[in-house]
Amino acid sequence: MNRTKLSYKDYQNDKKTNYAIGAILIVALLGGIWLLEQTIAPTHIVFSILKKGAIYSLVAVSMNLLNGFTGLFSLGQAGFMLLGAYTYAIFTIPVEMRDSVYQYFDGGIIQFTIPVIAALVLAGLVAAAVAALIGLPVLRLKSDYLAIATLGFAEIIRAIFQWDKLGVLTNGSNVLRKYPTFSSTLYPFLVAGICIALICLLINSSYGRAYKAIRDDEIAAEAMGINLFKHKQQAFMISSFFAGVSGALLAMFQTTVTASTFRVAMTYEILLIVVIGGMGSISGSVIGSFLYIACSEWWLRFLDQTQFINGWQVPLLRTGFRKVVFAVIIMIIVLFFRKGLMGDRELSVSRIRAGLHNLIVWFATLPARIKGAGRRKKRQAGEKTTVTDTAQKTKQEGGADQ
Amino acid sequence: MLKINDLKVNYGGIKAVKGISLEVAEGSIVTLIGANGAGKSTTLRTISGLIRPASGQVEFMGENITGLDPSSIVSRGITLVPEGRRIFPDMTVLENLKIGAYLRHDDLNEDIEWVYDLFPRLKERHWQLGGTLSGGEQQMLAVGRALMSRPRLMMMDEPSLGLAPLVVKDIFSIIREINKKGVTILLIEQNANMALQTADWAYVMETGTITMHGSGAELLADERVKEAYLGKRTTQAQPQQ
Repeated sequence: MNRTKLSYKDYQNDKKTNYAIGAILIVALLGGIWLLEQTIAPTHIVFSILKKGAIYSLVAVSMNLLNGFTGLFSLGQAGFMLLGAYTYAIFTIPVEMRDSVYQYFDGGIIQFTIPVIAALVLAGLVAAAVAALIGLPVLRLKSDYLAIATLGFAEIIRAIFQWDKLGVLTNGSNVLRKYPTFSSTLYPFLVAGICIALICLLINSSYGRAYKAIRDDEIAAEAMGINLFKHKQQAFMISSFFAGVSGALLAMFQTTVTASTFRVAMTYEILLIVVIGGMGSISGSVIGSFLYIACSEWWLRFLDQTQFINGWQVPLLRTGFRKVVFAVIIMIIVLFFRKGLMGDRELSVSRIRAGLHNLIVWFATLPARIKGAGRRKKRQAGEKTTVTDTAQKTKQEGGADQ
Repeated sequence: MLKINDLKVNYGGIKAVKGISLEVAEGSIVTLIGANGAGKSTTLRTISGLIRPASGQVEFMGENITGLDPSSIVSRGITLVPEGRRIFPDMTVLENLKIGAYLRHDDLNEDIEWVYDLFPRLKERHWQLGGTLSGGEQQMLAVGRALMSRPRLMMMDEPSLGLAPLVVKDIFSIIREINKKGVTILLIEQNANMALQTADWAYVMETGTITMHGSGAELLADERVKEAYLGKRTTQAQPQQ
């Protein structure tokens, strides 16, 4: 073989095999989760990490659709999640439970329930409808101004949902509970997976190209006949739809809903995930969200507790130190790794195949290369050959190795 | 094909175009030359619907298209190659070409092949990001992208801007080739020499009005044009310091 190092492009045209491997990987992932559920106690923290990670993946990808692909810097994601969470909860609490949930509001005004799947879709639709209304004035703004306006919107929504006068619908500042939830980790994986797959299809369609064109150069996009406002509005609504669905999933995960959980800090978390993963990379957002959730809920928890090593108390470790470490990590990323983990590339099957191939080749040729390097060193130390001589000899050797 | 009647365009209080009339015949290359700030770009941007005129009329194939939005003007067959190329830097060459055909819903392969034939360099680099191309290649991409919408009239805003003389020559020969395929061309240029050599008909624009018009060869020989745009050496030329 002449070329030992392959790029992912060498595999890109092999579509059938790529799809087959992709399907096998997805089945393996779901099967792995199923196996995990059969073997480990369901209270183990790994399950809550996986569930929350899947939910955050969806909302991070939806935010990436706006920020990374359409170039609209919006910070309203928590607001749309809130809308989704409340919509889901309000319409699925069983009628016989409503008296105890809405105890201060005489059981609330809605006295019917709809199926869970319908409620999930409705959660997205409500978020998208509100996005359409807000988009009319807000999407005429650019960059920072758009961010401020959407941030303000999210806060206003939160205040409205906590308002006493709307208590018959939202239960005021009291929690909503007793609605159907999920117990299996597969559930959020399936719902989030289907939604993310839909977003992928959208991004690879001509609409996705139009969004990217708007991100790159608005004037040129307009000259190509792309209606700027229509497409921005579209992207904003679609992003909000999926944020709404993920809000509903989050409500199921938490088993209770209060408006106070959907703070600005939540939007920042999601933004952080998008930046860590890479603006404009869907797989980056997914990897980023599992990584972030695992770190903040599990791996870095020890930073919040006083630790002793052989009776010596480790300094600095106390409640809140985790946040300090996070802040430092964010600064490092923003200063030195501005493109995040993935930049705007995607982790595709062809990339994985090329990576595996190169890894195998690397290991297979390792002994030969070590030998070659050793010989070269010996020669350089022993005989005093001229530089050109050595170079020529190594060249010949390299050819022989292959 | 394209007819402009007493077009006036203002930017706030500034009158950029003060009532111009011009005509572009089907199948021809028409050029609009003039100094900076003469209103050439504004005229093109108004035709393509990016700016609304204060008064006047733009007629295309006998239809009044004044004040329509850009997408419906593109769909009628008028495409603009904007000044400074403005390709999409973070999209691949192929994606850039496909965006040019955004309003079309039929098969693109034939047109992509045509563009690749015109610019073999683009075929070589079809997977590269637009921003990594050289200036000349970006101009080729901008022209190719515009052709993807199958325009009847292609308007080009200073295609020679910032390009080496040899590359400019290439671009102009390709403009002629495209024209031979039946695309009418309206060209704006500062490089008056090249533009007048290429054009069938030319207009000279100065501070918002059209001051001269004639065939390319006529204007090329005109004393006033020579003095103003071609850097004519008069007999009593004094050595510049």
